[in-house]
Amino acid sequence: MNTRTTATRTLSRYLLRPQISVLPQSQHQSRAKRYSSAVAGARLNGSVEYDTTPILHHTSRSTLSNPELPQDVRKGRTKRINLYTAVNEALRHALQTDERVLVFGEDIQFGGVFRCTMNLAADFGTERVFNTPLSEQGLVGFAIGAASEGMRPVAEIQFADYVFPAFDQLVNEAAKYRYRSGSTGYNCGGLVIRMPMGVVGHGALYHSQSPEALFTHIPGLRVIIPRSPVQAKGLLLSAIRSNDPVLFMEPKVLYRAAVEQVPVDAYHLPLDKAEILKTGKDITIISYGTPLYTCSAAIAAAEKDFGCSVELIDLRTIYPWDRETILESVNKTGRAIVVHESMTNAGVGAEVAATIQEKVFLRLEAPVKRVAGWATHTGLVYEKLIVPDVTRVYDAIKQTIDY
Amino acid sequence: MLSRAIRRSIASPLRRNAFAPAARPAFRAVTTDAASSHADREAVPKEDDKPFEIRLSDESFETYELDPPPYTLDTTKAELKKIYYDMVAVRRMEMAADRLYKEKKIRGFCHLSTGQEAVAVGIEHAIDRQDHLITAYRCHGFALMRGGTVKSIIGELLGKREGIAYGKGGSMHMFSPGFYGGNGIVGAQVPVGAGIAFANMYEGKNNVTLALYGDGASNQGQVFEAFNMAKLWNIPIIFGCENNKYGMGTAANRSSALPDYYKRGQYIPGLKINGMDVLAVMAAVKYGKEWCAAGKGPLVYEYVTYRYGGHSMSDPGTTYRTREEIQRMRSTNDPIAGLKQKLLDWGVTSEEELKSIDKEARAQVDAEVAEAEKMAPPEPTGKVLFEDIYVRGSEPDFLRGRIPEENFYYNQTDMGTGPKPVART
Ligand SMILES: Cc1ncc(C[n+]2csc(CCOP(=O)(O)OP(=O)(O)O)c2C)c(N)n1
Ligand SMILES: [Mg+2]
Repeated sequence: MNTRTTATRTLSRYLLRPQISVLPQSQHQSRAKRYSSAVAGARLNGSVEYDTTPILHHTSRSTLSNPELPQDVRKGRTKRINLYTAVNEALRHALQTDERVLVFGEDIQFGGVFRCTMNLAADFGTERVFNTPLSEQGLVGFAIGAASEGMRPVAEIQFADYVFPAFDQLVNEAAKYRYRSGSTGYNCGGLVIRMPMGVVGHGALYHSQSPEALFTHIPGLRVIIPRSPVQAKGLLLSAIRSNDPVLFMEPKVLYRAAVEQVPVDAYHLPLDKAEILKTGKDITIISYGTPLYTCSAAIAAAEKDFGCSVELIDLRTIYPWDRETILESVNKTGRAIVVHESMTNAGVGAEVAATIQEKVFLRLEAPVKRVAGWATHTGLVYEKLIVPDVTRVYDAIKQTIDY
Repeated sequence: MLSRAIRRSIASPLRRNAFAPAARPAFRAVTTDAASSHADREAVPKEDDKPFEIRLSDESFETYELDPPPYTLDTTKAELKKIYYDMVAVRRMEMAADRLYKEKKIRGFCHLSTGQEAVAVGIEHAIDRQDHLITAYRCHGFALMRGGTVKSIIGELLGKREGIAYGKGGSMHMFSPGFYGGNGIVGAQVPVGAGIAFANMYEGKNNVTLALYGDGASNQGQVFEAFNMAKLWNIPIIFGCENNKYGMGTAANRSSALPDYYKRGQYIPGLKINGMDVLAVMAAVKYGKEWCAAGKGPLVYEYVTYRYGGHSMSDPGTTYRTREEIQRMRSTNDPIAGLKQKLLDWGVTSEEELKSIDKEARAQVDAEVAEAEKMAPPEPTGKVLFEDIYVRGSEPDFLRGRIPEENFYYNQTDMGTGPKPVART
């Protein structure tokens, strides 16, 4: 295919444009105030300051100070790129260094809706980078089969909302492959399924879901959610190298918004470690993906207002997850809050909170709090209402400390 | 590790297409000529409501394991003018959506059907209110034809409470009586359609259900699963692929091993239809309705059509197809211009009368659009967010907000009785 579509390209540009108001009618300001969306002059719920947030590495020095990076990479160069470019670089590196790597999915040959696969088909050929028909169940099953023959397929689901036709393949085939195959040792470990997830401003029912908890229920799968370009590149490369099937969920609102200095060379980040983003003494906040930015803003305000000290942890690998880092932290602080965008119901927060009370109950000064998405569906104009915002996290910090 | 020598694509990136499809002729026997049917001027009666016969072009259909429908259609002047009115109204409404989107009043995803009007309008004029229809997200025209109002459809796009789905779904999720959406998950509506048709058959209702999907969607496994069930249980359903030649940026022949969508039912008879000629669509669906009523089971239709705009509002639609192609379809195959030509040729109406129909349709649509714009935004209450998840009165005590203080307690809120569900006929 030599024509490259902007259908997908502009769609992504549109989706990732910063959105001003949730309400279609901004003249109804007095009503809008009753919403928790960014209101003019709001002290806490402003828009995320991606240019200054401590979640991102704004200088090369800060990027290269990361002890998780190998020595030679830390001596190398960095480049300021956004998250979709980081994903693209990881895929490019994988295609270049391992001939077993294949990249396919709906409309990906032209770059995909979010441009993550830009130019890959042109550079590596449509034998290795190709469009599939519109059939998620089929393409995931196909990827599992190819992986079981030793390939390393990186399949894309256009939006996480469309993974459900493939749910059976993931739960019953991918997750159980190694377990079922007994002495033959067959497995589909080379498999990676990438998908954009999370709200984006106005995705409505089918472009905004975060279904990670449905997969964290399933042993045999690994579920990864990167928070930034540096993380996306290193974690995706590890996912491709991993010998377990991995679901790699990319917060789509960060594709363009999150820009940071990323090492030019390839590197791998661990798939079994949470990362402490900020140390603190009084309270631990555990989160992943987009809400980390919200948490960071809430922490800054809370530390200033209440004089407390908050530790922020990025779970990164949502399943299996790094209990040790979390338990050690809560053992130190005695207080914990879990924040995620997907709804509270049987969510990741429930698992983390239960584990904390099981393991460090006597150390707890307050109940473990969860700040998560509302347990309802995402109506067209309600997205901002539904996901955790700075105020809610700030409030949770205050309540937990005052308990 | 693979034992073969390192691929050339690793050592040096290459530019080549392994799966470049063989060139196919753009059009086969069925044309997309929008003005191909004939009526004798002399045979057209004076009276608006007196039936007369129209002859369809022999390029209207191609069949698969099926005798073709009659190439004639009985209609009246009044009906033809209404069909024309409807197509103009659908297009006008899509244009309004386009404008409101560009004014940033409509947010989110918005898929227009401009160019495909003959399908929604032709089908509606062939079926009754008791019949059922379900389709994918390119659904505004269907919602209107099935009895939704312009006001409620545009209101939905604007996220208004008075929208056809309370403003919660937006472009892709519209319901109206006998119309089961507006479905965002590509292909999911097809087996649902089979279930709707089965229930109607079970209850002894002598009606037909139409389940529509795109050329891209036709590759979803569930479509074939639905075919099998429908044939197995002899269900009165007309599956219909709206083949507008592209699924997002992928041309039909690059996604489908057999782009003859009307043959894809294998064991189900199929019909390919000139979907730019509203009269051919109407004749085909009338025939299908009779077929189903006679207990002959399912059919697979393919409406050959074309979308003028991009896939959605954010796609200019000009990169994966040539501007000339779009221009050619617009200028020589337009369903509205085609019908207009025929109505004049046959002496069904005059230039002046058509102008006044145009004017009336536009005025009507514009007035309702203006009303929709004035509708109030939804109340920012928990009730609005948490209603319609469970049967009213049977909800759990509460559903969770982001923090416990935001939890929504059903028993402390007046949920009201709400409007009656409309999507049942
Ligand atoms: C299960 C699922 N996968 C992917 C998508 C994303 N998607 C939306 S529309 C579309 C293309 C569909 O093309 P087609 O069926 O030809 O319908 P058209 O847009 O031409 O009307 C895709 C891939 C989706 N909505 N649902
Ligand atoms: Mg199509």
